[in-house]
Parts: sequence; structure tokens; C-alpha cells
Amino acid sequence: MRKRQRKVRDPLLKALIKALSEDRVTDGASARRIYSKDGSVMEGGRAGIICFPEDTSEVAKCISIANEFDREFVTRGAGTGLAGGSVPCNDPIMIVTTRMNKIIDVDLKKRIAWVQPGVVNLDLSTFLKGTGLHFAPDPSSQQACTIGGNVANNSGGPHCLAYGVTNTHVAALEVVLPDASIVQLGSVDGEAAGYDLRGVFVGGEGTLGVATRIAVRLTEDPPEIATLLLDFSKMTDAAETVSQIIANGVLPAALELMDRNVIAAVEPFAKAGYPMDAEAVLIAEVDGLPEGVSQEVNIISEIGMKNGAREVRVAANEEERERIWKGRKSAFGAIAKIQPDYYLHDTVIPRGRLAEVIEKVYEIAKRHDLVVMNVFHAGDGNLHPLLVFDSRIPGTLEKVQLAGEEIVKISLEAGGVLSGEHGIGLEKQRFMSQQFSERDLEAQDALRRSFDPENRSNPHKVLPTGSSCGEMSSLNEIPEGIWI
Amino acid sequence: MKTMDDFAEEVGDTSFVSVRGGGTRWDLGGSLMQGTSEVVAPKGVINFKPEEMIVQVGAGTKLNTLQNELNDLKQEVALAGFSDSTVGGSLAVGSSSHRRARIGAASDVLLQAECVGADGQQFVAGGPTVKNVTGYDLCRLLVSSLGTLALMGVVTLRTRPKPEVGVWLKGEILFEEILRCCYRPASVLKDASRIFLLIEGYEKDVEKECASLEKLGMSVMETAPIIPPMIKGRLGENSNDDLLDLQTGAVYSNTSQGEIEVSEGVKLLSERIKNNFDPTGRLNPGRRPY
Repeated sequence: MRKRQRKVRDPLLKALIKALSEDRVTDGASARRIYSKDGSVMEGGRAGIICFPEDTSEVAKCISIANEFDREFVTRGAGTGLAGGSVPCNDPIMIVTTRMNKIIDVDLKKRIAWVQPGVVNLDLSTFLKGTGLHFAPDPSSQQACTIGGNVANNSGGPHCLAYGVTNTHVAALEVVLPDASIVQLGSVDGEAAGYDLRGVFVGGEGTLGVATRIAVRLTEDPPEIATLLLDFSKMTDAAETVSQIIANGVLPAALELMDRNVIAAVEPFAKAGYPMDAEAVLIAEVDGLPEGVSQEVNIISEIGMKNGAREVRVAANEEERERIWKGRKSAFGAIAKIQPDYYLHDTVIPRGRLAEVIEKVYEIAKRHDLVVMNVFHAGDGNLHPLLVFDSRIPGTLEKVQLAGEEIVKISLEAGGVLSGEHGIGLEKQRFMSQQFSERDLEAQDALRRSFDPENRSNPHKVLPTGSSCGEMSSLNEIPEGIWI
Repeated sequence: MKTMDDFAEEVGDTSFVSVRGGGTRWDLGGSLMQGTSEVVAPKGVINFKPEEMIVQVGAGTKLNTLQNELNDLKQEVALAGFSDSTVGGSLAVGSSSHRRARIGAASDVLLQAECVGADGQQFVAGGPTVKNVTGYDLCRLLVSSLGTLALMGVVTLRTRPKPEVGVWLKGEILFEEILRCCYRPASVLKDASRIFLLIEGYEKDVEKECASLEKLGMSVMETAPIIPPMIKGRLGENSNDDLLDLQTGAVYSNTSQGEIEVSEGVKLLSERIKNNFDPTGRLNPGRRPY
């Protein structure tokens, strides 16, 4: 009881409780522990007071109080981020959007849905079932991640190859800026005039303000879908197939690759029908009108066979299609059973260099005596090399860090970039100077300062700061709701 | 071909400077301050990688030249313009195609830009891959900025496969009926009385959709309708020749854009951005996109 009285005497806590309500503001030790971490390997975060606002005005009040008390704030959705983007540093006020979970309005004619940021990605498409429309971005964590989080990270997913990442599907945003003012960015009618503030806000990793209402574009359900499973005895053949499919002018809805290690982990569990003796399986999905689907199935099959595919299987029905995808989407969970710890990268490389870079990734892992598993969005060159290990073995974590750095290096040398969909957060800040010059980073900082002159909104993230509050650590288990 | 170093030297770091493309949308965003020196961005297609669906090109290259080169390998970029428009100009204006509903907006096209900043220094925005969330997406900011934040010299663009066929139809028909007959039409434009519809895809699919639409009274057009440029924000006044894109809400019009209205909050934010990127206001002085 004494403890409770002490907390309420804290003027900051008192102000936040007054702005929201007592049951939606906490500084309890267990809550602070929970909200100090996200889905990443970053440890060392320290959450301050945690707030659960329910609408725009409450978010604005929280930010206004943060300004008044000269405190930083960090916005958090479901906490499924894999780069430490919502790991708090220096006891910031945590603005948790999970109670802002209403689908506000759906305009089927305009194909626009206004949602609050805490709406879970898959819940929107489930809500739209039967309307002939869906929300296209489908990160593999879509059963848990929120649309606000998708906006913050400009999330992708297997089907973003043809349909585009989150930015393409956001028409407008209501945003509380770090000075607590409220603005609408973008437009649901045509294109907004002026600088594309909507476009730069998406992917800002919560450093540019808080999106409190999001207008997303809805995509028409395709009339026909064909899902193909191609298996190869060489990973290089599978990678070459991906390059040639794109070079032939076919842009499938999805092109996903899994290597032998992933197949071995997934198949016994998912029963997806992946051949256990294959070195690689490629999932290709095409959709659209019947003739186009049929032609593209033929093109992909021919290219696959020409490149050494042992078998090309087209899912005969919805059940088989779902099984094939279940294997892909459960890959990360299955991998967790192999070793207790993991370290994941998210680099993107030119598609034409997939085969060569994957070979180098295997060499790096072998040299460091580590197991690497590759399950990735091959169609857009987005690698997810996953190093699995047991951190209890002395020296292992150091080897993993070294291998990770080498993977980043070869990706950049191949003409790639640091992150395709997970963002920079805390975890990849230290690599930013490898991709960008000091002047490039200055230009990025000019944008950030424009939105947040006092550097109050999710500070210490994205741009290198010279100091970091978090350290890469190992996890004892993969958190629930995390997929890649 | 002019190099980025040559371009940066021309831009310099002190005088008022403007980059000139084809001058086809020179009416947008206010009048350039008199006495401003003009520079031209590098020209030419530098590297087209069809297997990556990307192309690197000098921003001063004519858009038609680029589209023709891509067309040889059945690809295109989702930018619009006139016969003299340049790639850089189309990006600076943020000129989306009337086929935007199917092929995407201009803001999705720019993957990487090699720029000269107001301080005369070169910097790179974005990255050369089709997927990238590394740092802040400055490419989004450069598109539609009318060259007021930095001057683009060499750009890397996303390309996409060209459809096998495209057919224009016109008629008086409800939008809902079109959506029942067509999957992802490329363009549904409405004037005062008629609808102009573009459907694209594989030949047999398009034939089937055409047949369904003809049964509803639409007729195939022998030539495409003349489509005026896209107008952003609100129009001063509407004319009967205006076309409204029923899928995206965009308006295409020959009517002058007029004064653009933005909220006070957006204006303040835009001014902070301009000041942080170009503190002395030397880039395209007199022009502003908001």
C-alpha cells in the first residue's frame, strides 16, 4: 500500500494518470520489465512509465506531458519488432498502442479502411473476408503485429513482391508530432500536394511521431491463385531460377526460398510436403486472371526444370496451398527447437547475386563453426540468414557477432542494403556507417530534426549516435508471436 | 556523359541555382526567382538490369528515351510526362501515371538518388535494391519536392513488366459494374458524362473482360483518350474536360492548379524540412511544392 502511495506522489505519474486513467498507466516493476524488451536480441532496455492511450487526444496528452517533464517517449505496438526499434532507453514514457485497436471505418467503394494503430494486421483482412478486399502487407508475424508497427517499420511480407510494402498501401495518416500537435499527412482523395510527408513518415521507426489513425488502401482479392513448390538438389540452382523468373518479366505474388536445414526443421512438424532430401525448396505463387496465372505457372515451371528442379508441384487445392504456406510461416518457430538461441539478419542483395552470396553465407558459418539456416524472400533478394547457437558454450556469442558482421559486409559488397523489412532500430545502428557516408547520414538527420527538433520521440534509434543503451544478447527462447 | 562531380561543380555552394528538365511543368510551385542560374542534370541510361527490374539513369534523360529503352525488354517505369519531360523532372513533380491503380505511384519508383545538397556536397538517398528500409526514406521526400531540397543527378528506378496488351473502352456505365467485370483495371477515368476504362494483362484475359464490358454497352476505342496532367491537392475550379480517377481519387486537368491549401501543421513541418535541407534557400528559389 505504501508503494502505491509513493508512486502517485510522482508528479509525472500523477499527470499521466490524470490525462488517461489509473488503470491505463503503470510503473509496476513487472510491466516495466516486460516493456523493456521486444522481439529482438537487444537487452538492456529500461522502460519508464507505461501508458495505454485509447485515442489521438490521449496520445497527444501523453506527449505533451513528456515535453512538460522533459522526458523522452517510445511508442510500441505488439513488440514483435526484430531490430530493437521499441526497446526503451533511459526510462522513457512508453506509449503502448494495443488498446487503440478499432477498425474505425471501411469504405468499400473507395477501398480505404481507417484503423487505429493497434489493430492486428491479420484482424483487418479477417474483418474484410467476404468483401472481396484485403490488406496486402502480410509480414510473417501478421497474427500478432499491429498495423501501427507495420507503418513504423514499413513492413513487408511474402506477398509484397508484387503488391509492394506497407508504404504503398498507406493513403493517409493522422499523426501526433513530437511537439504534441496533430496533423494529417497524405490524402485518401488523389495525391496530396507538397512534400510527401506521409511517405517519409512510414518507416520512420517511431522516431518522427505517433500515427494514431491510419488510412490503408485495400487490395482486390485475386480471382485465381496458383502455388508452386519446386525442389532442387542445389541451392545455387534455386537461386538462379529466381533470377530468371524475374528476368523473364514475371513478377509473382511471392517467391520464397528455404534451405535444407530449414526443411529438416519444418517438415516433420508442418507436414508441408517438402522433400527431406532437397537442398532447397522454392515456393512461387502467382495470382490474377486465369489465362495469366496459367501462362505464368508454365513459365515458372519451365525455368525451374531448365535449372535442375527435380519436381515442380502445383498445389491441387486450397488445403495443399495452405499446407505449403504453413511450412514457410512456421519456419522460425521450428528453428527454435534446434538450438536455444538465434541471431538473424535482414539484408537485401541484388537478385542476380543470390546464388553467390548464399554460398558465402554458408562459408562464413562453416568458418565460425556455426549452423546457419536460410529462409527468405528470394523474389526481392531479402535474405534472412539465421545463425542458431547455444550461448551457454563459452565464446559462441562472440563468434556469432563476428559471423553476423561478415554477412553484413558481403551483402553490402554485393551492392545490397542493411535491412529489407525489419528496420535498423538499435541493433543495426552500428552498421549504418558501412552503407552511408557521413553526408548521407546528415541528410537523414535533417529529416529527423524537422519532425523532432528536440530528439524526444524514440531517440537513440536508426542513426548512429555513438552510444547505445542496448546490447546484443541471446534469448533463452524465441518469443511468442515472432516469425520472419 | 556528365559525371556527378561535374554536376556538383555546376551546382556549387553559394549562388541561387535551379535544375531544368524539359520545362513541361514549369508552371507548378511558383515562379523561379529572376537571376537564378540553371543547371542540367546528367543524361543517359547508365545501367539497365532487367533481371533486377531496376535501371540507373541520369536525371536529365528524357522520359521517352528511357521508356523506349525499357520497352525493348518489355519493361517500363511508372512515371508520367510529356514528350519533352525528363526523368528528374517527372520525379521532382511526382508525376504518377493515370495507370497508377495498377502500376503504382511515382513515389514508389525512386529507389536511390545521387544528389547535390544545398551545401554543394554530394549525398546518396535510399539504396539500389527493390526492397529497402535502411534508415529514413529520403527518396520519398525528393519525389514531388520540385528540386527545393536537393538536386538529383543520377537515379535508380524500379522497373516493372509491361502488360502483354492494353485496351481502352468508353461508355456510360456504373463504376460498380466495371469492378464486377474487371480485375484490377489499369485506369477508370470519368468526365462529365462518360467513363474511359483501360484494361491490361494477358491477351486472352483482356479479350474476355472486353466481351463482358461490351455486353454492358461499352465500346472499344481505337486510340487512347487524351489525358491531361495529374493535379495534386484541390483544384481551383473544375472543368468539363477534367477526368476523375474513380479508383484513386486523382484528378487530371488542364486547369491550372492554383493556390495549394495545406494545414498549418503541414506548412510548419514543410518549412522546417526546407530550412534544414536548404537553410539559405538557394535551391530553386521562389518555388515551393506546398
